[in-house]
Amino acid sequence: MSSTIFQFRMFSTAAAIAAFSFSGANSASAESVIRWMHVEQLPAAVSLWTEIAKEFEAKHPGVKIEMQFLENQAFKAKMPTLLQSKDAPSMFYTWGGGVLKAQAETGALRAIDTALDADGGAWRSAINPNAIDGLSFDGKVWASPTKSGLVSFYYNKEMFQKAGVDATKIVTWTDFLGAVKTLKDAGITPIAGGGLDKWPLHFYWSYLAMREAGQKGFADAKAGENEGFMAEPFVKAGQHLAELGKLEPFQNGYLGATWNDALATFGDGRAAILLGFESTPGTQASNSTSRKGLSEDNIGRFQFPTIEGAPGVVTDSFGGLNGWAVTKNAPPETEEFLRYMAGVDVQKRLAKDTQIMPVAKGASEAIEKPLLKDVAETLAKETWHQNFLDQDLGPNVGAVVNDVSVEIVSGGLEPADAAQQIEDAYSLERQ
Amino acid sequence: MSMSETTMPGRTYAAAKPRATPQRRKRSLKHSKWPVLILFLPPALLLFTVLVILPMGEAAWYSFYNWNGYGLPEQWVGWRNYQLIFRNGAFSQALINNGMIVVASILIQIPLALWLATMISSRIHGALFFRLIFFLPYVLADVAAGMIWRFVYDGDFGLVGGIAHLFGAEPPYWLADRDTAMYAILGVVIWKYFGFHMMLFIAGLQAIDKSVLEAADIDGATGFQKFRLVTLPLLGSTVRLSVFFAVVGSLQLFDMIMPLTGGGPSNSTQTMVTFLYNFGVTRMQVGFGSAVGVVLFVICVTLAFSYKRIFMRHD
Repeated sequence: MSSTIFQFRMFSTAAAIAAFSFSGANSASAESVIRWMHVEQLPAAVSLWTEIAKEFEAKHPGVKIEMQFLENQAFKAKMPTLLQSKDAPSMFYTWGGGVLKAQAETGALRAIDTALDADGGAWRSAINPNAIDGLSFDGKVWASPTKSGLVSFYYNKEMFQKAGVDATKIVTWTDFLGAVKTLKDAGITPIAGGGLDKWPLHFYWSYLAMREAGQKGFADAKAGENEGFMAEPFVKAGQHLAELGKLEPFQNGYLGATWNDALATFGDGRAAILLGFESTPGTQASNSTSRKGLSEDNIGRFQFPTIEGAPGVVTDSFGGLNGWAVTKNAPPETEEFLRYMAGVDVQKRLAKDTQIMPVAKGASEAIEKPLLKDVAETLAKETWHQNFLDQDLGPNVGAVVNDVSVEIVSGGLEPADAAQQIEDAYSLERQ
Repeated sequence: MSMSETTMPGRTYAAAKPRATPQRRKRSLKHSKWPVLILFLPPALLLFTVLVILPMGEAAWYSFYNWNGYGLPEQWVGWRNYQLIFRNGAFSQALINNGMIVVASILIQIPLALWLATMISSRIHGALFFRLIFFLPYVLADVAAGMIWRFVYDGDFGLVGGIAHLFGAEPPYWLADRDTAMYAILGVVIWKYFGFHMMLFIAGLQAIDKSVLEAADIDGATGFQKFRLVTLPLLGSTVRLSVFFAVVGSLQLFDMIMPLTGGGPSNSTQTMVTFLYNFGVTRMQVGFGSAVGVVLFVICVTLAFSYKRIFMRHD
């Protein structure tokens, strides 16, 4: 009796060992599962991704792609523990910046350089280099770029015409302040603002800081040189923002308004300007009271103005940059799949059906809507891509930037004190 | 003794019993205490340890690190997180706001609840209906209440805006103004919880012996005298309990504030818990957030125990 059990055990152990070595030897033909974690809620995007995953599975027998969804906030809260567990996904959505860097530093991620440079660097050379730079730290690329974005001004053409403002003449910050004054004098609320969410106003400080400091000044501040974020350009950026705040350009109650409220204010035609994303012409409609919003031919776009005498140029762009990060123990096919996702054909389909700003060279041809096309062309010519500061500087400093932007514009904080607060917070991150 | 035994056997029996009982009980306690303890304590102790003591200890440990949740906490910063908390203007504002909520509860909410309870605890026509109506806000989830009131306070499309437009006035934006936002929130807190306190008082009022009030009637007491001299003292324990709930509720207030203001504008409506969330969780400052958690825990424990010791000693 006991010997039978013993024999059975022996047999099962041997079987297990055999099965293990078999799977090890034939990793390509045995089932290998790519677990893909995302935060996408848009049904069109998810269904297109599912389709792309199916195509990849068909071309690569033995590879299975499982999509896992987590809601944005839950995703951010769960990631620290998830990455350190054996349930870590193979690839997951990233906004780049400080969080991606922190994840890379724990050793939980795998850099994708080898795959980028394989086949004579075919993958790397097919992607917009600014996008790759934006997801690189310490000389390695930590995520595969998938989409880019641009924050710029959208305006209501009818209202501009009524007030007699010519958007093409807004080149400098002084021009912009002049336009705000003219609109106000014409009885029009110049700008829609979302002060409750704070980040819609951090766009202003970020752009002003980029224009005042320029790419090098910004990099120096991040490195802690020349007094870091207390350097003159950053104080000046705050002063420019305070000048705007003094004109009281926003709708009444903007400090209690969310981003969706700001979209509604713009979409209902209750304010003339909105500093928004590339997707803003679409979302203003769905958030407006009538659900129709402004018609697209009533919306114009202009770049964030430059500042006289400051090094920042109009082609320095500020906006999102997203990618897919690969975890340490992900199956080797993960990079292969990402390369497929980043290929120009797939990127074209993504750009067409989900209205993203593609990162693959030449993919923006597929964009049909004129406003989006204009954004894509601007991004193609960009000289510097600055990611959102709450990503780039990390969530803590980002939150401080958000806070001080609202405080400066509403007159609650001196620009120099604001610069000090940002530097205080960032000096802890540099350690 | 022997005489009584013979003459009154029944009494002997009765007298003997109390002498024997304490001994027997003492003995049985001594013997039965341990099995019961061993059987019933571990599950509760285990749960309490795993769910309360361990997380608290862990938070206390994290609170001495600068840590964003990734990897292991390695950067020891000593008491720095605690120093940062007490230097943070938003935290002192949060403390003040928590205090304001308690004060508003004691000065407005509880008197209001008591007044309504005395009116509808008696079996007058429609009392049940009003009890239901007044209790309804309490049944709502805090988040739902916050979202409803965000709409009510809205200056463009909300009730407040509508009323202002009706009178041709410039609509106010209370939630967007640093000076008024906290008062607007206090209004919602009172609206949401007075029904709960009212129910407590109704239960307390129903427990009061009617004959005491009848006696006061016969003595010629007026309505107010009856309330002040009879009802209120007899309701004492309920009032103390009500205040206790108000204090604890204030310390926990979070999910109503998030949809209303998120702690803004300019941190003017932070409570300790929204502070913890905004400055610890969303900023991924796990060390700092843990320190806030520890401070909050200490405040809660101190308040709860001292309140129970001082005010609820006899309840």
